[in-house]
Order: sequence, then C-alpha cells, then structure tokens
Amino acid sequence: MLNQNVLNIAYLISAMLFIFGLKGLSHPRTAVRGNRIAALGMLLAIAATLLSSKFEWHYIIMGVAIGSVFGAVAAMKVKMTSMPEMVGLFNGFGGAASVLVAGSALVAAMQFASTNPPGTQMKIAIVTSGIIGSVTFFGSYVAFGKLAEFLAVKWKLYTWQKIVKYGFSLVVAAGAVWFGVKSYNDAGALLAGGITVSGLAIAGILLLKKDRFPAMNVLKGILGLLTLVLGVLVVLNPWNTMLFWLLVGTAGVLGVLLTFSIGGADMPVVIALLNSYSGLAATATGFVINNNVLIISGSLVGASGIILTNIMCKAMNRSLTNVLFGFMGPTSETPSADDVYGGKVKATSAEEIAMLFDGARRVAIVPGYGMAVAQAQHAVNELATLLEKRGIEVVYAIHPVAGRMPGHMNVLLAEANVAYDKLLEMDEANPTFLQTDVAIVLGANDVVNPVARTDPNSPIAGMPIIDVDKARTAVVIKRSLSPGFAGIPNPLFAQNNTLMFFNDGKKAILDIIAAVKES
Amino acid sequence: MDSFVMILTVFILAIFIGFEIITKVPPTLHTPLMSGSNAISGITIIGALVLAGQMENSHLAQILAFVAVIFATINVVGGFLVTDRMLKMFKKRD
Repeated sequence: MLNQNVLNIAYLISAMLFIFGLKGLSHPRTAVRGNRIAALGMLLAIAATLLSSKFEWHYIIMGVAIGSVFGAVAAMKVKMTSMPEMVGLFNGFGGAASVLVAGSALVAAMQFASTNPPGTQMKIAIVTSGIIGSVTFFGSYVAFGKLAEFLAVKWKLYTWQKIVKYGFSLVVAAGAVWFGVKSYNDAGALLAGGITVSGLAIAGILLLKKDRFPAMNVLKGILGLLTLVLGVLVVLNPWNTMLFWLLVGTAGVLGVLLTFSIGGADMPVVIALLNSYSGLAATATGFVINNNVLIISGSLVGASGIILTNIMCKAMNRSLTNVLFGFMGPTSETPSADDVYGGKVKATSAEEIAMLFDGARRVAIVPGYGMAVAQAQHAVNELATLLEKRGIEVVYAIHPVAGRMPGHMNVLLAEANVAYDKLLEMDEANPTFLQTDVAIVLGANDVVNPVARTDPNSPIAGMPIIDVDKARTAVVIKRSLSPGFAGIPNPLFAQNNTLMFFNDGKKAILDIIAAVKES
Repeated sequence: MDSFVMILTVFILAIFIGFEIITKVPPTLHTPLMSGSNAISGITIIGALVLAGQMENSHLAQILAFVAVIFATINVVGGFLVTDRMLKMFKKRD
C-alpha cells in the first residue's frame, strides 16, 4: 500500500504529464506524442490510486471493464465526420461522472456525519459539482441529439434515432416517477414531487419537434435562480440527500433548455462551452474529495474550453450571452432573396470549371459543413492533387466556425491525406485572395457572405469572413440558393465573377475531376 | 496554510497554466485538443474508483460510484484512443 506522500507525488507527476502532453499539442509534429504522454499521466494516476488503499475490487473491475470496452469500440468505430457528436457525447459522460461522484460522496459523508461531519468546502463543492455536472450531462445529450439530427426536428427519423430519442426520454421519465414514488414517504410530497416533475420536464422537452417555444428565455432565468436557491439549501441542509437530487434534476432541465435552441453555426460554441464545463465539473469534484490532480486537470480542460469558446464567439462576432439566449435570423432590413439574386445568378457546369483551371496559377478551396455532410474530403484531395500535377498551387482557406466543432474541417482534410501546412487560417488566407485565380466554395455560406463587411444592419454584420469575393473567379458548389444558418441571402452568389455549380458536394467534385482529366 | 486556501491556490495557478499552454495550440488541432482534453477531464475516475471500492461505504454510495467509474472510463479510454487516431492522420507535405 502506498503511503499518502508517495500517492501525492504520483499525482503531482501525473499533473505534470498532463501539462507536457497538452504542450505537445501545440504542433502537429509533437501532438501524437503529447497525447500519449497525457494518457501515461492518466495511467499513473489510476495505478497510484488503486495501490493507495485496501479496496473491494468487484465494482472497480466491472466498471473499468465495461467503460473500457465501450470507450474503445466508440473510439475505433466513429467516422471522422461524426467527431462533433462523439466529443459532445463524451463531454456528457464526464459531466455525469462528476454528478455521480458528488452524489456518492454526499451519501458516504452523511453515513459518517455523526463522527466526521462534512466541512463547508466539501458541501459547496458537492453542490457545484452536482450543478455543473448535470448541466453538462443533459446539455451534451441535447448537443449530441441535435448534431445527430434527431432532436427538435420535424422529419422522419431512422430506427436507431427513434430508439435513442424515445428510449432516453422514457428512461428519464420512468426513473423520475419511480424515484418520486419510492421516496414519497421519507422525503415528503414537495421534494418527491419536484424530482418527478423535473424528470418529466426533461423527458417532455426532448420530445418537442421545434427548438423554440414561448417564454423559453424567461424559463431559463427562473430555472437558473431555482438552481441557485436549491444549491444554497443543500449547503445548509446536506443531510437531506433528496434535496441534492432535486438540485440535479433542476440543473438538468436548465442544461436542456440552454442548449435546445442552439443549432447550426452556433454548435461549435456550445461544444466548446460544454467541454469547458466538463473540466470545471472535474475541478469541483476535486474540491469535494480534496484532490489536487483533479483540480489541476479539470482547470486545464476548463481553460481550454473557455479559450475555444472565446475564439468561436469572436469568429462570429457574437457574445456568449447572445449565442445562449439570442436568436440569429433575418431582420426587417434584410433584402429578400429575389432582390439579391433576381436574374444575376450564373449557373455553370463541370466542363466550364475545368476550363477555368487552364492558365490558373493559384486555387483556394473553402470548405464548410456541406463538405462533411457530402463526405467529399477524399474527392477534394484527389482534385487538388490533379491540379497540383498541372503546376497549380492549391491551398485551403478555413474559417474558424466552418463545420460543427472547432477544427472540424482540418480533421476531415487530414483524414483525406491533405498536408496540414496547406490548411490556411482565415487571417493567413484572406490577403492572398487578390492573387487567387479560382476560389472553390464547397458547402459554406454565411462564412463567405460579403454582407458581413458591407451592411451594418445584417444579422452577421462584423463577422469576419473569408474574402472569396476578391478572387478572380469564385465557384460556389451548393445544392440550391437556400440560405445558411443566418437565414439571409448571399450577394456573393449574384456577383459578376461568381459561378454557381448546383450539385451535391461530392458528385460536383467528382464531375470536375472527370472534366479536368478530359480537357 | 489552511487546506482550502492551499487547493484554491493550486486551482488558480492551474488555470493560468491552462491559458498559457492552450493559447499556443493552432486551430488546425482544435478538434484533437477537445477530444484529448476531454479524456483528461475523465480524471474524475480517481474519485469514482475510491468511492466505489471503499468497503465501509454504503451500498448506495458504491453503486453511484460504480456507474461513475463506467462513465469516466469511457471518457478516458475513448478520449485518448480517438485523439490518437485523429492525430496520426496529420501529415506534412512530402
């Protein structure tokens, strides 16, 4: 058995390995090693913990075995295009683990309360961990459901989507009712009823087919206050563990409401924010069990999530409050699609695009979420390689909020073997568009809308965009003229030097490849 | 020093370190950063393991911690593996 000092030194080394590991992520060359160093830190922390005391092993072994199998299968099977869903789901698991550890610590503390009463720090930390963990878990489930397109949608669902959607609501509702009935005698009508109502509310909201309903923001405010009040009550009266579960339930409803109305281009912000929460929940758990390595690792993750959230908000020129409570959509001043497009849109063909490449020296590809949906990344790389063989320089210009999570496009292109030094950040790419002969926009819309620069009344006014309109010719590959997430028409499509290729992303690129080979 | 002030100090300093290192991560690695840091937040497993294994804890406390062990392990194992899988794809121009 390890002595307490040895254990703490092992934890210190783990924390250092996490820091070195994250430092490795500052360059693609050192990143693989960095991630492995961090994993080593985790292994050390777990091994040291298991050696630190005499344990009953059956729950530990079963839990680790089940978790490892699920984790490994998920990590090996997931498609790169589904990475946002996966990260969303994993954030949720982190949140759930924090809630459960806090609950377990509370139950255990109350068991020994007569001899060793819990201190103020522990009580506050349990409450914080419960709140953040629950918001993270339910918020992440909603984010997952929206990314996998089965929550708050009107269309018909696939079987697996139905199973997850209705199954989750059913489990939450049934659990809440069972828990309420079981604890009715001990806890009283108010607490038992409250827990049941919060569970039913979560289950009910998740079945809605629209992502907004009246008074939603008021409800968010009320629930936020209620959560705080309950939190204070739990700190004052920790003996009543039912009060803690009511707090978890209320925070859960809050988590669902906060993420339910968010979609499309706002998704990267939410994923980053939930990432930060999952870290902060771990930190709070560290305060519960007085453990430095939890506090340090949780803070690192919390800081990382906050930085990413901030970068994403800046990339949309919106505040976090605006993302969480606001609504992005056409205003009364937004010109209609007919005014913008009327008679000015030029459709093109693969052959015409192939001719554009004759004599071109520089081509920039601007990918958006559409590339992910169409799974077109491999085709894109094939086209780029073909053009490079003809002496054309090909680069990729990537907007920070392109896709559904930070860095989404980069991972997809890396999967398709595109070298990372060809992926230009927005600020790096923008000054080069004047020297770019052809800019190919693939499944992006709002992030290339010049209105952001020109019209101060537009909902995307001030948002930094990729200056595709400054290229000699812009080719936009898109299924139709339908608006993007902001719901406004894009004058780029009607510009003199813009050609529209109406097609599915992947098919379009394959057609262009065929046309280039023939010419 | 009071133990609370001690760990509060650790918390604040760790946040500073976090901001220092993470700002240096380039946008191209933001997705692996998220999945990797997510795996690190699975460190909650430490608390879950102890609570699940302590013999003197009540059955309820152990069961709650057992479920927490499952969730945290998914986070740790899944998070590090998927990050490794992603990072191996990032290559420089030949």
